[in-house]
Amino acid sequence: MSEEILQIRDLEISYGGIDAVRGISFNVNAGEIVTLIGANGAGKSSTLRAVSGLIKPKAGTVTFCGEDITGKDPNAIVSKGLMMVPEGRRIFPNLTVLENLKIGAYLRDDDLEQDIEMVYGYFPRLKERSWQEGGTLSGGEQQMLAVGRALMGRPKLLMMDEPSLGLAPIVVQGIFEIINRIHEAGTTVLLIEQNANMALHVADRAYVLENGKIAAEGTGRELLADEKVKAAYLGT
Amino acid sequence: MKQKNNLIPALTGIILLLVFVILLENISSLIPNLPQVFQPTSPLFTVLKKAAVYSLVAVSMNLLNGFTGLFSLGQAGFMLLGAYTYAILTVPSDMKDQVYYLFGGCAFDFSLVDFFRSIFGAGGFGGAVALVLACLTALILAGCVAGLFAYLIGFPVLRLKSDYLAIATLGFAEILRAIFQWQKLGPITNGANMIKGFPTFSDFNITDSSGNVILRLSTFVPFLLTTICIVLIVCLINSSYGRAFKSIRDDEIASEAMGIGLFKHKTMSFVISSFFAGVGGGMFAMYVANAQAKAFTSTMTYEILLIVVIGGIGSVSGSIIATFLYVACSEWWLRFLDSEMYIGGFKVPLLRNGFRMVVFSVVIMVIVLFFSQGIMGDRELDLKAITGYLTGKKRAKAKEKVPAGKEGDK
Repeated sequence: MSEEILQIRDLEISYGGIDAVRGISFNVNAGEIVTLIGANGAGKSSTLRAVSGLIKPKAGTVTFCGEDITGKDPNAIVSKGLMMVPEGRRIFPNLTVLENLKIGAYLRDDDLEQDIEMVYGYFPRLKERSWQEGGTLSGGEQQMLAVGRALMGRPKLLMMDEPSLGLAPIVVQGIFEIINRIHEAGTTVLLIEQNANMALHVADRAYVLENGKIAAEGTGRELLADEKVKAAYLGT
Repeated sequence: MKQKNNLIPALTGIILLLVFVILLENISSLIPNLPQVFQPTSPLFTVLKKAAVYSLVAVSMNLLNGFTGLFSLGQAGFMLLGAYTYAILTVPSDMKDQVYYLFGGCAFDFSLVDFFRSIFGAGGFGGAVALVLACLTALILAGCVAGLFAYLIGFPVLRLKSDYLAIATLGFAEILRAIFQWQKLGPITNGANMIKGFPTFSDFNITDSSGNVILRLSTFVPFLLTTICIVLIVCLINSSYGRAFKSIRDDEIASEAMGIGLFKHKTMSFVISSFFAGVGGGMFAMYVANAQAKAFTSTMTYEILLIVVIGGIGSVSGSIIATFLYVACSEWWLRFLDSEMYIGGFKVPLLRNGFRMVVFSVVIMVIVLFFSQGIMGDRELDLKAITGYLTGKKRAKAKEKVPAGKEGDK
């Protein structure tokens, strides 16, 4: 179980001279849910974008399944089994739900029916709306679609960027339940969240990012009990 | 699932349309004394031919602008490449001295027409086969040349976004037009003069030995060619590549995160669109029976852009419908506005040369105001939509059952 699926060493990212991430190192083991929490601007999303290849890091290495993927093109990284649910959902508004799902499996050309049924199994609501355009879905349904779309790529590691963003608490609850079920089905999850309370409850391990550096790490339960984390992120 | 349901009606529709065009074209020789509209010289057939050519170009532009979200204005440039490629490759050798008389003959000593005639013979059935093969090869090569140029300029240009891409492609088309008019290139492009003498649509009319037309095919041929090309484009749009194009249009970053190579797919869309624009350019040369750089101005691109916008960005059938309406209005239905008219002794005011364009502009403004999404929006025309429209009540009920409202789509 403790095989390292993703390993990040001394990752640095800067935008035009402004350092967003200043040398962070962490790893995700196969079968875990790992979460990165932190405030706005802590560098969570930047880290995730660098891992998925959307931006090139300034320094450091990203290793996925023993292979160096630092600075590779996103399609090369996706084809290795690393899918991302982007921040703010970013579903394709003018494509139908079904088309959105098929795009998620774009780099595979084998039979999709089985995976589509699997996604519909997680999200029966999407099946009802399969001919509807993505843009007409509610926020929660769009988030389901974004997760389903990423699952269509049969990821070894699923990265989610703030799946709770802008959703009602009850919907967030539902999304986290699904994250748990996806995890139980054998997918490793790297979760980025501002909703630290929810994230720490589902996570096996967690890292706290502050100003582009890792400020604390531990299991979800340890961090939930940590006084500093409580004060800064849990509001208790 | 849906596509299969639509396949048979779509094929029947296409075949019916093509049969209808042949009948319409030959009806004047079957039934005597028909009104002028049905005579071969009628503007009806000019409009049909031009619209057939333009609808291919409009659909190819829609593939790029409507389905991939790349705002390019280079269409006339790629048509020019296609037209010239077609013309240069098909002018028969015995016509070349006459066409290129200013430059003392043509530097390019090859003609597809002669080449195929040397295989199949010049007259009778062999001549017909030679003509068809020569034109098809030339049109495909016309598309390939346009596609090749698109591939080359795609490297620098496709990294640009929206307005910048439009400016760059527009500039490219203008540069091409200037180059093709350059006198130094005269022995190949005939300078600023037109190239003519190559096979046109009317060469496809079947004649008897004394030159009388037995079967007219001059309108059928552009329809057939355009239909084949548009069917290919529609197949592409409905394939997984088409889905990738649409996802790029919707959200570049998200489609990149899904593993879609942005640059590769943009280049693909650009090259394919230009290929068909090139074929359309070759067909345009066949339609006007000459190839001249002067004709492929940016105005032509704007005309096509207008058609795409009126028809609905992201709708193939919308582009086709809009082309026929646009060409019919500009070439035929509004012509009467250009000539002075007297009712009794009273001269109708305003009617004079050029007034047609004033009315035309007003019509376009009205369309844009009342159909802000174009005639079709991003929907497609199909049997269900038509029957649904004809029986409004049923449609309302169907909508209640399926709140998605997408039941009529392909």
